[in-house]
Order: sequence, then C-alpha cells, then structure tokens
Amino acid sequence: MGELKHAATVPAAGKSVTLGTLRLDCGVELGPITIAYETYGRLDAERRNAILVCHALTGDQYAASRHPLTGKPGWWSLMVGPGKVIDTDRFFVICSNVLASCMGTTGPKEVDPATGRTYGLTFPVVTIGDMVRAQAMLLDHLGIADLFCVLGGSMGGMQVLQWAASYPQRVFAAVPIAAAARHSAQNIAFHEVGRQAIMADPSWRHGNYLEEGTVPRAGLAVARMAAHITYLSEAALHRKFGRSLRGGDHVTYRLGPQLPEFEVESYLHHQGSTFVDRFDANSYLYITRAMDYFDLAAEHDGKLANAFIDTPTRFCVVSFTSDWLFPTSESRTIVHALNAVAANVSFVEIETDKGHDAFLLDEPELFNTLSGFLNGAAEHRGLKRP
Amino acid sequence: MAATSRSSGAARAGDIRVDLLLIAGMVTPGSRVLDVGCGDGALLEYLAKNKAVDARGIEIGQDGVNACVARGLAVIQGDADTDLRNYPSGAFDFVILSQTLQATRNPREVLLELLRIGRHAIVSFPNFGYWKVRLSLLWHGRMPLTAAISQPWFETPNSHFCTIKDFVSLCGDLGITVENRFSVDGYGQKGLLGSSGLFANLLAEQSVFLLRKNGKPGA
Repeated sequence: MGELKHAATVPAAGKSVTLGTLRLDCGVELGPITIAYETYGRLDAERRNAILVCHALTGDQYAASRHPLTGKPGWWSLMVGPGKVIDTDRFFVICSNVLASCMGTTGPKEVDPATGRTYGLTFPVVTIGDMVRAQAMLLDHLGIADLFCVLGGSMGGMQVLQWAASYPQRVFAAVPIAAAARHSAQNIAFHEVGRQAIMADPSWRHGNYLEEGTVPRAGLAVARMAAHITYLSEAALHRKFGRSLRGGDHVTYRLGPQLPEFEVESYLHHQGSTFVDRFDANSYLYITRAMDYFDLAAEHDGKLANAFIDTPTRFCVVSFTSDWLFPTSESRTIVHALNAVAANVSFVEIETDKGHDAFLLDEPELFNTLSGFLNGAAEHRGLKRP
Repeated sequence: MAATSRSSGAARAGDIRVDLLLIAGMVTPGSRVLDVGCGDGALLEYLAKNKAVDARGIEIGQDGVNACVARGLAVIQGDADTDLRNYPSGAFDFVILSQTLQATRNPREVLLELLRIGRHAIVSFPNFGYWKVRLSLLWHGRMPLTAAISQPWFETPNSHFCTIKDFVSLCGDLGITVENRFSVDGYGQKGLLGSSGLFANLLAEQSVFLLRKNGKPGA
C-alpha cells in the first residue's frame, strides 16, 4: 500500500457505538463515550459463546480483520478465525478498541464535545479498570450477560485479570497471557522513557499537535523503538540480526540520524516509522500511564488473592521463558494468588526465544495450550462443537 | 528438587496402571481432587471422566504440564516441596501423591501439607521392604533395581526410600490415621496376600494408602 496519512486524519472503518457516560477512576464523568469494535462469528441463541479478546498497548479492534490504515492482516489473525484456536465457527468473538486509544474509541485525538476541539492533554487520565468498565458497557449494549472467555496478552492480560476481579459472574473462563497483576518499576521506567521522548519532540506542542497541524513523529518513533526492544529477547535479536551491517562487510565511519549502520538499527527505524503512521502520540501517553497505574493487589487491601475470593472463573495463565518484560515470575504470582483461593487454574510456561511478543507469533505450544483449555472449558459450559 | 513427575505408561483414559486404578478406587465421585505430580494427566483424566471429580493437578515437568492443559485439565507447574503451601486448608477432598513421596526433599512436611489442604490424602510409594529389594542387598550387596525402583543410585531422584512399616510408623508419629491400604505385587497386580503386617512389607512391591488426620473420620 502507498504512503499512509497520519492516523488522526483517517477515520477508522468498522463498527462503533456511542453509549452513556462513564465515571472514571480519576473522578471525571466522561461521555457519552464511543467504542469502536469488531466482531467475528455468530452469537448462539443462548448468548453463551461470546469471547472478548483484549488488545495490548498499541493493538486495536482489528484482531482478525485487515487493518484499515496499514492494510495488514489483523494482529491475532493466526489465532482468531474459522477453524483456528479461537474458532469463529464456534465462538462469537468481540474485540474493542480500548478507551483512550486512537482507532475510533473515545480518546485524546477525538473532539471534546464541550469545547469543539480535540481533547489532547485535556483528556482525563484513564485506568485499566476504566477500559474494562467501558467494555462491560459495550457487552450490555450487545445484550451479552456473561462471557464464555476473556482473553488477552500483555496489557490485554491486565484487562483479563481486571475483568475476572471486577465481574467474576460475567467471566466463565479467563486467559491472561504474558501479563502481570501490577506493572513493575522497570516497566514503568521504560514507559517513562517513551513518554519523555514524545514530549521532548517540539512538534508535540504540549499535546496540542492536532490543533496546530503538526505530528511528533520523531518522538513517537523513538518511544516505539525503545519499547520494541523490550518486546523481543537478546537471543531473538541476535538470531535475526547479529552484528550484520547494512552496507556489506565494512563499517562506513559515518554518523547521522538517518544513517543506520547495523541491520538492527535499520529494523528499529522501520518499526518506529511504521508505528507513527498508525498510532496517536497522546494515546500512547495515556495508555502507558494506565498500564503503570495497574496494581490489582492494591485495590484489594494489598493482597492479590483477595481480588479472586470465591471466583467461579476457570483460569489459564500463560507465560514465555524469554519474556523479560512480563517474566514468568509475574504469572507465577498470579497463580499463587489463585491457588490461595483454591481457584480452578492452569498455568503453562512456554519455552521460546521470541520474548514478550511471542503471544502474537506462531507458537505451536501456545496454540495447543489454548485450544486444549478452550475446548475443556467449552465442554464444561456445554457449548456445542461446530 | 522433588521430582513430582510420572508417566502413565497408558495411551488412553480408561486404560491406566493398576496402582493408579487402586487410587481411583479410593476417590469419592464428585469430589475435589488435587493430584500432586500428575505427570501427563492420565489419572486426572480418568477421574474427571469416570468419577466426575473437580480435578486439579501440579506437575514439575513443563512438558507434562503443557500436555495436561492441552488435554483440558487444570494443571499448574509446581513442586510438592514448595507449592502446596499456597493452597488454603481443606481446599480438597482428596490430595493424591503417587510415586513421589520418596523423591521429595522433606517427606514428613509434605505429608502434613497433604493432610492440611486435603481432608484425605492418597499416597503411593515403592516399598523398600519388598523381598527382591532385601535379597538384592543381602545377596549381591548392590543397590536394588526393580520395576518400581528402576534407576541406578547415581541418577535416581529418589532420596527418601522407606518400607511400609516405616511409613506406618511415621503416620503414627504424625497423628495420621490409615483408613485403607492396598499393596501391588511384583506382577503389577493388587496384592492377594494380606494388605497389612509383615507379609505386605515383604510381598508388596508398591503400596497405596488412604490417609486422614486423627479425629476427623468420614469423607
């Protein structure tokens, strides 16, 4: 596809619905809020086969459909589709763009009805809890009382945990993948590097760039580049790039912002520049902040197990050996809390060198785990096979 | 590290080893069961399908865990020595520890933990009092190798072998009541000659015990 315009100038395709107002954790009454979402498959007559897929920080509702800006297949099209692990011949799959994001759901790049101008930094700070309440409003609108499963990786996994804690009766099964019950200091630190990169860009204009007709491309690209390193692993980077040079066998003894010497630099530049074409810088600030605030134990007297007392939900917790952003120890903390309330929990650590992003990639072991868990849970719920 | 791991040696559910079948026979239908060291999940699957239990498992080997979860079983990766303490007291009706006790770091503590989180424990282990074991030591002066004790001393995970008598004695010390027991002879069959006393300690290659804490009879 050709040269892309900035995300802010291209309306998102697909479904969206405007609902009531939402009282946020920060105390602000936001709304009426709009939620953009996609659905796949058919809701059965008893309305019992719905799966909510929660996307990660820079994901969107296009889990299994072509992205309207990039033209690329959905971010989880390996996982979601007819006959796939999340089988759309059997399940009704919903994926909605999170609050404060930029693909059609209410967020900082949308127009504030009170002022007629884009929100920018006047948008209220939102939390993972707010995102989940907005999703619950969408389910109410769709007439879905309870979900067969809530499923997601990374920040999507945080939403899964929040769902199970906030709406236990609405969640039959929950699958947090490569997630944590709270954001670690190291992860907050990485996010702050990204935010500072954006805010240091003169084109950011104190968050008012859309009104002023600029785009903080450089800042957002640097934020993405730094973050992208944390999604991979040392082993995977080495396997892909090693110390390979772009210009053959010899270094060039030149330096400049657009003079990548190593293949790995060139790769990161590409990641940065393509990201800018599809994502809003202020959304990045807000969503990273929401992740930083996430601490499920803190909401329950400092004890994570309290978040899941008497939970009827069946859990499947998944981590990856080479994920250093949301390491296995974080998943194990979740599992221990679930054990402490004798919850029904499965826990699988998958051996891979692909790092945090492994949940988005072709990982046969992940597919086997999830399809086994989903089939087992579907049997317990009495869902028909396709 | 406790090798809480076992392989079923059986391809299908409903086609499981005799000692596992004896264990399954002790489990009340519809109960809550935790299988510690559940291996590839053969017993759990059998119990879930044939006895409608709420079946959970802990397994130390990641391959076993992944196989179990892919079969739709609720299994986590964990270790009998360290991970039982996360469970609340009385969370299960039966906690099963099959062919694993002798491989734990601290069998005494593990046994107490089993009966803290479960109202009953079902424990099976290879009997070091088995006549072939005794004969091997007496006659050959070598560490025994039998069907139940299959690895040489230098690579076995088993560090705490005991005889049936030793086990019964420990249960007495810990205030644990033996509600039922079976032996499995050298042919892998339910022992015919006495489940208790000297004969069992001599003739049983393996033993299966149903235990509960003193003063709390009944299921």
